[in-house]
Amino acid sequence: MKLWRKPFDFHEQATAPSKVVLNKDRCKGCEYCVVFCPTKALVMSTEMNAKGYLIPVELPDGKCLGCGLCEAICPDFALWIVPLEAAQKGE
Amino acid sequence: MMSVDGLMEGEFFMNGDDACAEGAIAAGCRFFAGYPITPATEVAERMSRRLPEVGGVYIQMEDEIASMNAILGASWAGVKSMTSTSGPGFSLMMENLGLGIMLETPCVLVNIQRAGPSTGIPTLIGQGDMMQARWGSHGHYEIIAVVPDSPQEMFDLTITAFNLSEQFRIPVLIMSDEVVGHMSEKVVMRQVAPEDLVTRPRPAVPPEEYSPYLSGDDLVPPMAVAGEGYRFHVTGLTHDERGYPVMTAEAQDKLVRRLVDKIRLNKKHILRMEEVGLDDAEIVVCAYGITSRVAKRAVQLARQEGIRAGLLRLIVVWPFPEERVRELAAQAGAFIVPEINYGQIVLEVERCAAGRARSILLPHMGGGVHHPETILEAIREAAV
Amino acid sequence: MIGTKTLTDNPVDLYLRADRMPHIWCSGCGVGPSVACFVKAIHRTGLDTDKIAIVSGIGCSGRVAGYVKVDSFHTTHGRAIPFATGLALANPELKVVVFSGDGDLAAIGGNHLIHAARRNIDMTVICYNNFNYGMTGGQLGPTTPLEAKSTTSPYGNCDPPFNLPHLVAACGASYVSRWTVIHPRQLEKSMAEALTKPGFTFVEVLGPCPTTYGRMNKLGRGVDELRAYQERCVVSNGVDPRDAEIGLNGPILVGNFVDLSRPTFWDHCVKIFGRAQKK
Repeated sequence: MKLWRKPFDFHEQATAPSKVVLNKDRCKGCEYCVVFCPTKALVMSTEMNAKGYLIPVELPDGKCLGCGLCEAICPDFALWIVPLEAAQKGE
Repeated sequence: MMSVDGLMEGEFFMNGDDACAEGAIAAGCRFFAGYPITPATEVAERMSRRLPEVGGVYIQMEDEIASMNAILGASWAGVKSMTSTSGPGFSLMMENLGLGIMLETPCVLVNIQRAGPSTGIPTLIGQGDMMQARWGSHGHYEIIAVVPDSPQEMFDLTITAFNLSEQFRIPVLIMSDEVVGHMSEKVVMRQVAPEDLVTRPRPAVPPEEYSPYLSGDDLVPPMAVAGEGYRFHVTGLTHDERGYPVMTAEAQDKLVRRLVDKIRLNKKHILRMEEVGLDDAEIVVCAYGITSRVAKRAVQLARQEGIRAGLLRLIVVWPFPEERVRELAAQAGAFIVPEINYGQIVLEVERCAAGRARSILLPHMGGGVHHPETILEAIREAAV
Repeated sequence: MIGTKTLTDNPVDLYLRADRMPHIWCSGCGVGPSVACFVKAIHRTGLDTDKIAIVSGIGCSGRVAGYVKVDSFHTTHGRAIPFATGLALANPELKVVVFSGDGDLAAIGGNHLIHAARRNIDMTVICYNNFNYGMTGGQLGPTTPLEAKSTTSPYGNCDPPFNLPHLVAACGASYVSRWTVIHPRQLEKSMAEALTKPGFTFVEVLGPCPTTYGRMNKLGRGVDELRAYQERCVVSNGVDPRDAEIGLNGPILVGNFVDLSRPTFWDHCVKIFGRAQKK
């Protein structure tokens, strides 16, 4: 027996490898994005923003699969993801 | 007679509360939120019957706090709105009267005053809310309050109240009383010509250039309403021209000065009063509402006795006609202020007279009106 | 997903007053994610943003109106719903949303909440519930669980809380749901359903308040509060909201609880006021 099925909203959830973009000035260092990222694509850095918060940074190994959870739970509208293809074109 | 568009025209025998409701409809009011309270219930009752006839909305809210807020919301949707109440309900409306002043929301609030404090005598007259009308909400502000003395004026001044509220973007208070509200007299109703109905100043710039609180020389900013694409923000917090909150003493200074000055500096467009025999008056009776009608009789009787008495009837009581009272203080020996409270407007008269003329209070604690003889006796005593 | 994604602007900025960022909410506050879900829900519905009006009361979540780029009103404490009632009835073409907090909507504004639900006014109410009054420094509110600590319940709360979905459902709301900010996709969908459904619709959003409620109840940082929601929440769509009480510990039922059709206040107005116009 198959114990899993494709989610009904799969077309909405389709992901693509992405880059995480951070607006440093908005970040308040809550670490939600770092802790809840399913692929552990982000870590807290030692960089401090103008308000004195330590901010996260994406690891260089390109682990982000583009699920968008970080974007959805960021309390500060500070980060979002851009599909790698578009990001590389520099849009 | 009722015209095709549901407005009434002609001569009617009706009470002040009903005339007030008809005045509102003639002024273009199409939203009423209220809560039953003696002696103002008749205003709500008539609005509940009449508004659906003219395409308006009546809603009975869960309390007076909700009523006050609902008319603010309706005004921000672009519809002229009104509520009516009496003492206890007036107290409940005070906080959000302040919101109306802060957001600069045109609307009309009718207070058919009864005797207080607290529940007092719900069915009988008082004039004890006059200072509450001026200072009842917290913070410093100016307000406009009109005081009708007859059912006819309930009709006429309700139209005036709507016009003033639209012109200056401020809630206007109709400080009537139980006797005027419940007495029935001839009321002549007329349709108001469109050019005699004032509508709020409207923005002349596209949405991206619009600032909700940027005003010109008259200090009254143009008002966009919800649903027009202006995407404005307004707040009860101290704010700048964009409507954004700014928590500084400088922003507070700028905002409060403008809110107050837009009434103070435009006073000449707002003040209304009736003067009887003031040219040579040595004794000035200063009265308002139903009390002014008793006072008028007393002044007539005094004149018959050869006493040079006159009447200053306040039609707009807030802002207070300071300049006129000062002028009269230079000419007359005494002011007599009969009012149905233990001394409220007399304080203003006394302040403006500044010792140049005596100010004599004739208080009535409520539940009835003065007798002309009482005022006459005071005039005689002052004349000696 | 909103628009084309670029490296310069957060796509949700399309619906926000970006000139006011960063916002005033604390690090780890759950109001931000609920606003992000809300604007994505607006996008999902395709509603005309020129016709959306948002009204807030006072408190942390009362500041939402100031950050969303639609016609927005920041009113007095507890009075967002009656203000919104006036807007909705004076212009039925508007989509009126009330976004405010649990203390604002259910304590000082509780009377308006139940009456708006009873009337089935066309209005979406989004209640951000962080179990305390955050703006004033963490006092107990109408949703603070029994035994929870707050600055005004230092020995533990002896004041039984409201179960908000049960309250509004009992009053006649057409749509009632509860999600947390760690359920962003479900929350966004639920908000979109609430926005498009006629009548009184209510979405309760549970979220962390690490600065006051979390600190006083030793819940750790915001991330720890979110983990606790992950562990405690049981998705229970369609469950009777009377069973959805929230305790200091134990499971929290989340889901879409009520979705029914009943004539709205405006439906009744059109029918009954029509009698006056026929005369």
